[in-house]
This record gives sequence, structure tokens and C-alpha cells, in this order.
Amino acid sequence: MADEVKKEAPANFKVTIDNITIEVAPGTSILNAARKIGGDVTPPAMCYYSKLQGSGGKCRTCLVEVAAGSTADPRPMPKLVASCRTNVMDGMIVKNITSDRVQDARAGVVEFLLLNHPLDCPICDQAGECHLQDLGYEHGKEGTRYEFKRRTFEKEDIGPYIQLHMTRCILCYRCTYVADQLTDNRVHGILDRGDHAEISTYISKAIDNDFSGNMIDVCPVGALTDKTFRFKNRVWFTKPVDAHRDCDNPKCCGKVTLWQRGDDVLRVTSRKDEWGEVQSYDGKPGWICNICRFDKKKASDWIIEGPTSISRHSVISQGHYEGLQKPKETIAEVMGGRDPKLLMDIHSISDVNSVEIASLPGPATSKTFEKSE
Amino acid sequence: MGRKLLLDKAHIENIRLYDVYRREGGYRSVEKALKTMSPDAVTEEVKKSGLRGRGGAGFPTGMKWSFLAKPEGVPRYLVVNADESEPGTFKDRYLMEFIPHLLIEGMITSSFALGSNRAYIYIRGEYAWIVDILEQAIQEAKNNGFLGKNILGSGFDCEIYVQRGAGAYICGEETALLESLEGKRGNPRIKPPFPAVKGLWDCPTVVNNVETIAAVVPIINEGGEEYAKIGIGKSTGTKLISACGNIKKQGVYEIDMTISVEEFIYSDEYCGGIANGRKLKACIPGGSSVPILPANLLLTTAKGEKRMMTYESLADGGFATGSMMGSGGFIVLDDTQCVVKHTYTLARFYRHESCGQCSPCREGTGWMEKILLNIENGKGKMSDIDLLWDIQRKIEGNTICPLGDAAAWPVAAAIRHFRDEFEWHITNADEAQRRNYGLMHYADPIHVPVTA
Repeated sequence: MADEVKKEAPANFKVTIDNITIEVAPGTSILNAARKIGGDVTPPAMCYYSKLQGSGGKCRTCLVEVAAGSTADPRPMPKLVASCRTNVMDGMIVKNITSDRVQDARAGVVEFLLLNHPLDCPICDQAGECHLQDLGYEHGKEGTRYEFKRRTFEKEDIGPYIQLHMTRCILCYRCTYVADQLTDNRVHGILDRGDHAEISTYISKAIDNDFSGNMIDVCPVGALTDKTFRFKNRVWFTKPVDAHRDCDNPKCCGKVTLWQRGDDVLRVTSRKDEWGEVQSYDGKPGWICNICRFDKKKASDWIIEGPTSISRHSVISQGHYEGLQKPKETIAEVMGGRDPKLLMDIHSISDVNSVEIASLPGPATSKTFEKSE
Repeated sequence: MGRKLLLDKAHIENIRLYDVYRREGGYRSVEKALKTMSPDAVTEEVKKSGLRGRGGAGFPTGMKWSFLAKPEGVPRYLVVNADESEPGTFKDRYLMEFIPHLLIEGMITSSFALGSNRAYIYIRGEYAWIVDILEQAIQEAKNNGFLGKNILGSGFDCEIYVQRGAGAYICGEETALLESLEGKRGNPRIKPPFPAVKGLWDCPTVVNNVETIAAVVPIINEGGEEYAKIGIGKSTGTKLISACGNIKKQGVYEIDMTISVEEFIYSDEYCGGIANGRKLKACIPGGSSVPILPANLLLTTAKGEKRMMTYESLADGGFATGSMMGSGGFIVLDDTQCVVKHTYTLARFYRHESCGQCSPCREGTGWMEKILLNIENGKGKMSDIDLLWDIQRKIEGNTICPLGDAAAWPVAAAIRHFRDEFEWHITNADEAQRRNYGLMHYADPIHVPVTA
């Protein structure tokens, strides 16, 4: 297992990933070793989740080439291996971005994952923090060669808190591990097999458990989203702030990220680390309970610590928050007072476009778009 | 007339029953092993015999047994893989149906060698009636003291249980089989750890094919060295071949691995030639997962040698010009068969049987099926052939279990050897709906370059 670190291990293993050598404890997986190096060397992972035991190995995006197994046995491994489930050996040489085979296989996996994906990002609540978007952007091709109808599923209601969109699912199995390891009883799972396999509850039973909301956080795509946040806002228009409260539930860590618009709390999630996983506190993953996630939607419920630091590359960091100093338009200045030609003024096309969403103090609601007659 | 070790008694009336089986010399191997040999000696005999796994991969059985971890106080398990679901393979069914005691006998001897006190037969769900046959055989063996506590006074206990699958091809993959046996969803596990270290209920486990375990009986009876004398090179002993398709006599044949493919197809002792006076076009020599070969490459290797029915000879030339022994499902296609349609049928099978766990297999198999259906229906494009090639290339080797490879190989081989038939299907779409491509040049002698 990837996260079982042998305590009695005498020395660290030396592993070279894309010509960068690092020392890690025996029992570390290649992926976790690469995460220690960070940057482009780290293979993408769609199904592996370091906080969920037994996860990984399924999506095949983290495939890497092992050019030399170890110092003792320097033979290369014939097949590409899943870096999340392969442990390092002393003297192992791994090729990730330096291997054409890996890049080729990864592009193939991305194509496979997107084959039946609806690509409905414009109406998907996950857009902006979706790992499949990032993966497609970084490793995918610009078009698809798939010319057939995409797979669809019958809609299913799995309870008041979680919205299931099976068409978006990439079958990473993370949510089943959450149900197994966090909640006291798993009531959902994978039904059927192959390309018609689907996540479902047993005879449309609602998922109802104190910690079921964490399935939303682990879902890499928009298959499981927060019903209380549904269609409320795009994530990049909301402002993430760190906050905490004293939660009665002993298993809940109470440390969260509030996603605010003005003073309204639109969504509560657990705090994520740089790999998009739940942050750990004192070695324990910071899962949060459903009360914190779904019921505490007032800023006064929380003690606010300050803005969440978001990776500069994330689309969320592109949000135009209030009080932000905008750079001034210089085009007119450099063009001698002449404004550039406006090709199409969308403000006149529809009344909806006349609303400056970014300058609203709160979330946009249907009221915002009502005609002022 | 080749030697028969497994099926030589299969036609004796009532051999299915214990009394007849015992009278014909059954359970001698158990007596010999338990009374005169140590478990390690049994393993050593199997090693000496050179017996290779009969389930498809052809891994040396003795070596597999010696890899079994043996920690103190942890039970070990023998699991017999009777989930015979490969299209074209039906040899285990015959063996279990007609001579079930041979399997039971082999299991007791093997369990003794491995130190397993509980052995399981995981049988495919569709073989419902065979479960009854096996359970009757187990009961008879128990009544006669060959199963249960303290067998033959040796102090060795052994129980055998039969477990029915629920109808999934993937459960023939050993780790998926173990998951299913544990009562879970039959998804293949990620290896390592291998079953020899962490198998059934996290205990060391050996998973063997029915025929492999049955072959242990003659090995112990006659000795590993005697057994190794049969066959050629590393292909020792006898192999059950289930022959089907356009041949005169379909059925299960036991061959000692010394005959040529040509002899197997055309001699009256075996398949009896191609049915209805047609001509041989192509053949899948080892069950649907292995590469298909056109007639010319089937009968002679690319080097111009006669192709034999052995592991090595069938694999001669790698996947470029060879195939595999596989599980011995010998499917023969005559000149009225359409390779495109045939490939589509297989692709449909693998799409249906993919477990859906890892992305390349889940999505790729369905994609290949749809493209092949288009070509078959005359809606294909020339670029589809290269696309198919690219898809199979991206599935192969990138999946958790061999099902991805098994889905990719038939498509790859069909395109490799029958590309002009695919092209004809696309360029002559209308005609392809009315008639088949026929034999064309697929049986023409291969030009073998002469080397000085």
C-alpha cells in the first residue's frame, strides 16, 4: 500500500524521476515521491486519493515508465506502471514527462476519459475546479475522433444534498471508498459493468449519512455536486475564505473553506491541498460533517481566518473580487484617443447581458435579470 | 495415435461415478503422494514435469507453486479456475462433466503439495449442471475417505467447495475470481501483491486451471520425468484442445504436443479437415483472445518451418507472424467466413465483458465495437482502420488486467493480416453486404527469403 511507511526501514531509497533524484522512505509510491519533487514531474492522478485506502490504479493517467527497476535489479519494467500503486525501489529510474511512451499513453487515456464525457462544462458546477478539465487542458488533444452518440444514463435522485450526474462520471471509485471508510454504511456502489457501469444507490435509496458530503469533495469531476450550491454561481466568481467552527461531531475537523459572494456563504467545502485533496491536520484528513457543509450557510456561523490561498494558475484566482485594482485600459491612449473597433456589442443583444455580474455585491439571482420596467 | 493421459478413460461407462473411477485406477496419485511423498517432493515432481498452466498464459506450474508464501499460522488456499468463459474454449467443461473425479483427485494431491486444507472450485455460472456433478463427486470422495479429516491416515485434512460464478467473463482473471469468491464485485485487483502472497482473504493462494490440476494426477502416477518425455521442448505432456468452427469433427481432443497444426486440422484422428469441401481461410489457435492467423501463416511459420501444436511453435514469430497456444480454443474459419464480422463479434464480446474499472478498456472496447460495426455495415471510412489500430495500441498493456490485451490483440491481428479485407469492406461497401471477400491470397505460400 502506498501510504504504509515501514518504520523500521534502515535507510531511505534513492529514486530518480525525470533526471531529478530524491530520497524517500521505503514504501513510498512513485506518485508520492514525484509529488515531493512537485511541478511537471508529478503525474496527474484522477482516481488515486492519498487519504483513501485502496484507491488508485484505475484511471491510468498516472502511468509512468520505469527505465530501471532498482540498483539490485536494473532491468526496465516492460509495461508502463501505475505510479500511484507502484512502490519505489532503491535506485529506481522513472521516466514521466521525459518518456514519449508515457506521453502517448496518457494522451490516449485522456481521450478515453473524454470519449463519453458530455463536456457540459458551461452548465456544470464543477467547472473551474474540475480535474478532468485540467487534465484535458494539459494532456489532451484539441479534438475528438469519436463520432458516435455519447453514453447517457437515466437520472437518479440520491437524496437532498448530493446531485448525481452519471454522464460526467469517470468511475474513479473514490466516492465508494469515502462511503466505506468515512460513513458507517455504504448504500451506493457501482452497478453493472464495462462502459455501462454506473454509480447508483441500491434501489434509489437516498444517501444520508453525516459524512456523505465528502463524496462531493473527492469527486474529481462534476458527477457528484453540492445540491445546496447548484447553479448558484460559478466558482471563479466566489471568494474562498478559510474559516472554522467548533463542531460537536468528534470526527469532523471543523476547518473549512467558505465560498462567499459578498457576505453570503454560497458553499462550504473542506480545505484542499495543492493536489486537490483534503488537507490533513495532525496527520488526520480534515473531513467535515454534513451539518458544517450544508446547514451552516451564514457567515456568523463561522470564525473567519482569512482568504484562502489559491494557486495562481487556478481559474479561481482569476475571479474579480470587490476592491480589486483593475489595470486601466490603455488602448485608447496608445492609439491616440481612437477606440478600437467594437465588433459586436453584446449588451444590445439581450437584457441578460446588460447586467455586470462581476460588480454585483451578492450572488446573481433571477431577480437580477428581471426587466426593470 | 498420440498418448492420452487425461481422457484415456473418459469413455468408460459410468466413469463419472466413484466406484468405476476407482476400479480404473483412480485416486492412485493421492495414495502415492500422501503415503510415500512429502509435499515438497510433489511440487518437485510437478517442476520436473515441465507442466505449464493450461489456462492461457502457459506459466510453469511448479514454479508458480514454489512462489507460494508459507508464513506460519496463515491458511493457504488452492483455487481451481473453472470459469471457462473464453469463446471457443470448452475443454474444462468436458473434463468436469465426464471425468469429475480426475479433477477432485488432482485437487487433493495439489492441496497436499501446497498445504491447503480448503480448496475451492470457482465454476462459471452457466455450467449450472456441472456443479451437481462435482458436488456428487466430492461427496463420493468424502464417503470413501479421500476428503475430510485425516485422509488415508496421513494427518492431512482437506475440504473442497464448489462456488458458482454469476456469469462474468472477467471472473476468469485470477484476482477478479478471488474477489468474486470473497463475495465482492468481480473487479481485478491491482498487482502486486500477487495471489501467491495475498490472495483469497489476504492469504497465500494458488489459482490454477482445471486442466492443470487434472494433469497433476498422471504426473504423480508416472513421475515428472516420464511426463516430461512427452511433447517437444518446453511443451511437455498432453494438452486438451477444443476444436470448433468449420471443421468436420468439432470436439475436445487430447493431443501430445508433437503433432503439426496441419495434421491436427486435416487428419481423421482429429478435426477431419474443413467441412463441406471448403478451404481453410484463417484460424484462432488458442481461444478468442489470441491473434488470428491466415491459413498460410497458420500451417507454416514465417521461417518456412512447419507449425507444430506446441506453445513455442504457435508463438513463433511473435505477434507479427505468430499467435499463442492460449487456452486451447481452436477456432477454424473457412473461406465463407468474413473476418470483419468475426472481429466485430469478438469486439462486442469484450465490450460486454469489460469490468469497467480502468479507463482504456472500459471506453476503448466500446469504441472499437462501434467502429467495427460501421465497417461491417458498409459505413466505414478508410481512416477507421488506422483509428482502430491506434485505439487497440492504446489499450494494450495499459490496463490493470489482461482483458484489455485480450480485447486489443484480436483486432490488431485481424488488421495486421487481413487489412485488404477491411479495405475491401470499405471500398466495396455495397458488395460487402451481399457477399464475402472469400479466400483470396490468404492461403498462398509465404515467400521465405533465402539466407546464405
